[in-house]
Amino acid sequence: MASPSNNPPLLEVKNLRVEFPTRRGTLLAVDDVSFDIAPGEVLGVVGESGAGKSLTGNAIIGLLEPPGRIAGGEIRLEGRRIDNLPYEEMRKVRGARIGAIFQDPLTSLNPLYSIGRQLIETIQTHLPLSAAEARTRALDLLKEVGIPGAETRIDHYPHQFSGGMRQRVVIALALCAGPRLIVADEPTTALDVSIQAQIIALLKRLCREHGTAVMLVTHDMGVIAETADRVAVMYAGRIAEVGPVRDVVKHAKHPYTKGLMGSIPSLGVRTERLTQIDGAMPRLTEIPKGCAFNPRCTERGARCLVERPDLMAAGTSRAACWLHDRGGVGAPILKETVDA
Amino acid sequence: MAAASGLSGWLHRMTDSDVWWSFKSSPMTVAAAVATVLIIAVAFLSPLLAPHTPFDPVTLNLSDGLKPPVLVSPDGEWAFPLGTDDQGRDILSSIMYGTRLSLVVSLAAVAVAMVIGISLGLISGYFGGTIDAVIMRVADVQLTFPAILVALLIDGVVRGLISVKRHDEIAIFVVVGAIGLSFWVSYARTVRGSVMVERNKEYVQAARVIGLSPLLIMVRHVLPNVTGPVLVIATLNLGLAIITEATLSFLGVGLPSTEPSLGTLIRLGNEVLQSGDWWITVFPGVTLAVLVLAVNLLGDWLRDALNPKLR
Amino acid sequence: MPDGSTGQFVRISGLKRYFDVSAPWLVRMIESRPRQIVQAVDGIDIEIAKGETFSLVGESGCGKSTVARLVVGLYPPTAGTIEFDGNDMAGRHSRADMAALRRRMQMIFQDPYASLNPRWRVFDIIAEPIRAFGLSTDKADLQKRVEDLLRQVKLTPADGRKFPHEFSGGQRQRVSIARALASQPEFLVCDEPTSALDVSVQAQILNLMVDLQRRFGLTYLFISHNLAVVYHISTRVGVMYLGRLVEVAPTETLFTRPKHPYTRMLLDTIPDLDMTGRQRAPVGGEVPSPINPPSGCTFHPRCPFANDRCKAERPMPIAIEGGTVACHAIEEGRLPVEERTYVANS
Repeated sequence: MASPSNNPPLLEVKNLRVEFPTRRGTLLAVDDVSFDIAPGEVLGVVGESGAGKSLTGNAIIGLLEPPGRIAGGEIRLEGRRIDNLPYEEMRKVRGARIGAIFQDPLTSLNPLYSIGRQLIETIQTHLPLSAAEARTRALDLLKEVGIPGAETRIDHYPHQFSGGMRQRVVIALALCAGPRLIVADEPTTALDVSIQAQIIALLKRLCREHGTAVMLVTHDMGVIAETADRVAVMYAGRIAEVGPVRDVVKHAKHPYTKGLMGSIPSLGVRTERLTQIDGAMPRLTEIPKGCAFNPRCTERGARCLVERPDLMAAGTSRAACWLHDRGGVGAPILKETVDA
Repeated sequence: MAAASGLSGWLHRMTDSDVWWSFKSSPMTVAAAVATVLIIAVAFLSPLLAPHTPFDPVTLNLSDGLKPPVLVSPDGEWAFPLGTDDQGRDILSSIMYGTRLSLVVSLAAVAVAMVIGISLGLISGYFGGTIDAVIMRVADVQLTFPAILVALLIDGVVRGLISVKRHDEIAIFVVVGAIGLSFWVSYARTVRGSVMVERNKEYVQAARVIGLSPLLIMVRHVLPNVTGPVLVIATLNLGLAIITEATLSFLGVGLPSTEPSLGTLIRLGNEVLQSGDWWITVFPGVTLAVLVLAVNLLGDWLRDALNPKLR
Repeated sequence: MPDGSTGQFVRISGLKRYFDVSAPWLVRMIESRPRQIVQAVDGIDIEIAKGETFSLVGESGCGKSTVARLVVGLYPPTAGTIEFDGNDMAGRHSRADMAALRRRMQMIFQDPYASLNPRWRVFDIIAEPIRAFGLSTDKADLQKRVEDLLRQVKLTPADGRKFPHEFSGGQRQRVSIARALASQPEFLVCDEPTSALDVSVQAQILNLMVDLQRRFGLTYLFISHNLAVVYHISTRVGVMYLGRLVEVAPTETLFTRPKHPYTRMLLDTIPDLDMTGRQRAPVGGEVPSPINPPSGCTFHPRCPFANDRCKAERPMPIAIEGGTVACHAIEEGRLPVEERTYVANS
C-alpha cells in the first residue's frame, strides 16, 4: 500500500456484494470486493464496461439504482458504517463527507436554477453559514476550479456553460462542504482530450491542496496512470489486481491486466498488431466456474477451471491469480479439452 | 431467410420475452386481458350464443315487454335473464349484438386513424421541411378541437349532404370515418417523432450508403422500429373510440336504433329511465364501462412494458 | 507507402459543407434573429492513395465525421468535389453507374448499438447489401457469401440466426464490418469504429481491420479522436480544427516532427502511460463555436504564437516534409519544428 499502514483508512470496503434480482435469477454484479482508501489518496478503479466498477462507486455513495442492492459486506467511512444508513442520513453524509462527480455534468446540475443558487443551497445544507457567507464561499469555489469571471458566471444557468466548464462547476459542487472523499465516476469520458487534461490537472491540484481522497472510476488507463496513487483492476465483478499504479501499469501481475495494458496502442513503437485478449468479458449470467478470466487466459491451468482465486500477494501488488500461489495453476490444459 | 424456426420458435421467443414476463407478473393486467378477450369472443359469437335475435321484428312479442331481470324480481323470466325493453327485446341479446357493433366500429375507426396517421407521420418525419410543417400545422389545428366535436362536425356535414333514409344505411361508415379522422393526429405525431429519432440512427444511414430508396428504407427499416409506440396508442385509442362511438350514438348522431350499438342501447334505455325500468340502460352501461376499463388497463400496461426507461 | 502525388484513388478538393441551424422562419421574423450557419467543413483538400489508411483526427465538432458522411454521399456537399477512382461523385451518372460506384465504397459506423437494425437477424443485415446490389443470383450462393463474411470477421455461420441484442459491442462491430464488406468494396470509410468499445476489444477490432486491409487490398479513410489509435493504424494523418485541415503528414513525421501548434497541443494531451513523469500540459481555452468561427486562422485565440497576421488572414496549406501545414508562423519561420521522441511501453 502506498500510504503508511498505521494511518487508519478513510474508507474501508469489506466483502461488498451488489446484486440485481431479475426474472432469470439474481445477478451478482459486484462479488466480494474489498479495498480501502487512505486519507488524501487517489485510488483508481479501472475495468471494462460491465466489470462492476461504477456499481461499486454507486454503492459507496448510496446511489444504487433499484432493483440493485447491497447484498452483503460493509462500507465504513472514518470507521463508521455507512452502507446501512437510512436514506436521509446517507444524504447528509453524501453531501458533507463524500462528494460525487459523474460522467455527464448535465445530469448533476439542475437546469432550472443558476449554478450560484445550487452551490449556495448545497453549502447551506451542510454548513452553518448565512446566505452572504455562502455566496462568498461559492464564489471562492468557482474561482478555485478555474471559472473565469466567476462574479458574473455565478448567476448563469448550466446550459450557458460548455462541457468542460460544467464539469468544473460539478467539481465545485462536490467540494462545497469540504468532503474527505470524492467518488468520481468517469469524470472525463464525455470531454474532449484537451479538456480532459485540464480537468485531470484540476482534480489532482484540488486533492493535493485539500487533502481529499478520491476514488476515480474510469475505463481510461491513461487517466489512471496520470492521476492515481494505487489502482484496482476489476473484471467480471471482482478485483483482479490491486497495487501501486506504476507497478500495475509497468509490471502487471494478473494475465488480464497484462493483456489490458498490451492492448492499449502506445506511441513509440508501431507494431503490426496490437496484443489482444480474445473473447469478451462474460455476461453476468454466464460467469464461468473457477477463475472468471480462465476462458480468455493464456496461462491457465487445471486449477483455474475449478477453484476461484482470491487476492494474494504478488510483489508489491496483490492479484487474484493462481500464478502467484505456491500451488500454481495446476496441470497445463489443452484448448480442445475445455471447448469440448 | 435465415431461420426456419416457425411457429414453435416464435411462441418460445414470445413466452421468453420481457414483455411476456411483465404481463405475467401483473395480475391486474391478466384480469383485464381475460375480460377483454371474453367480451370480444362473446360479442363476435353473438349469432351463436345469444338466446334471441332482438332486432328481427318477426321474433318480437309485445307481451314480453318491460320484463325485469330474473334475479331482482319475481316477474322476471329465465328466457330473458336481464329483462326486456318496451318492445319485448331481450336485453342480454341486445347487449351482445350491440357490443359486437361497437367493437367493429371502434376497431375500424382505429384502423382508419392508424393508416392515415402512420402514413402522414412517416412522410412528415422522414422528409421534414415544408411538407412536415404543413402536416403538423394541420394536426395542431385539429388538436384544438375535441375529438367528439370533429366527429360531430363530420357527421353533420354528411347529414347535410344526403337524405335521412340514406344516412341510416351508411351511418356506420360515417361514424367510422368521423372517429378515424379525429384520431389520426396522435399516430402522426408519435410516428413522426420516432422516425426523426430512427432516421438519424446509423443503421438507417447504413441503408442509405447502400443506396436504398427512401420508401424502401421507411418500410423495411424505420416502420418496424416504430410499431411499439403505435401499438400502445392503438390500444389506448380503442377504449377512446368505443366511448366516442357510444357518445355519438347516445347523442343520436351515431348508429340508428334499428342497428343499435352499446351507446344506442344506453340512449334508448335512458328515455324510459324515469319510469323505473333501470335495467334497460344500466346493463349496457356496465358492459361499456367494463370493456373500456379492461382495454385501457391493457393499454396502460403495454405503454409501461414497452417503455425502455421503466424497464 | 505510396508517394503522395500520383495515382490518387480518392481526391477531395475544396470540400465545404454548411448546415443551416437557424430557428424556424416564423420565430426568426418575430424575434428578428439572424440566420445561423454552421461551417462544419470549410474547404478541405485530401488525396488518398490506393491501399493506404488516411486518418482524420480532431476534437468533437471539428467536422471530421461530416467529411466521412460527405464522402459516402450521406450529405451533398455545399461546394467542392469528391472524385473516386477518377469519377466525380456529383457528376451525371446513370442509375446503374451510380450503384456500381456506391458498391465500391462502404462505411463502418461508430455506435455498434445503433448501426444494426434491432429487428433484423444478423444474416439479413449482412445480406442486405448483397441483395441491394444484386450480387447474388440464388439462395444457396447468398447463404455461402454471408457465411464466408461471418467467418472473415471471426464469427460463426450460426451467429447469422441471432439478433443484434444477443451480441456484445465488439461482436456487433464485427457484424457491422461484415456488412460493409458484403458488397466487396475497395474503399471503407470508418467513422470512429472503436471509440465505443473497451480497449481489449478495440485491439481485436483494429487487428481485424489491419488483417482485412491486407487480405482485400482495402483503402481506409479512418476518423478518430484517439491519437494513439491513429498512430497505430495510419499511413498518413490529417489534423482538423473547426472545419479546416491544419496539417497533413505521414504518420511518423506527424508524431515525431509536428508542425502546427494545434497538432503539438493535441500530442501533449495524449495520456502518459509510460510513466515518464511527463505532465500533460493543459492548454487553455476550448474549441470555439463553429457558428461564428474566429477570423483569420481559427486557432489564433488559443495559439501562443499568434500575431496580427494570424488574426486577419486565413493561412493556406504549404507543402513541407511530405505533407502540408496551414500556419503563418511555420511559413514565416517564426516557429521552429520540434522533435519529439517516445519511449515504447513495456
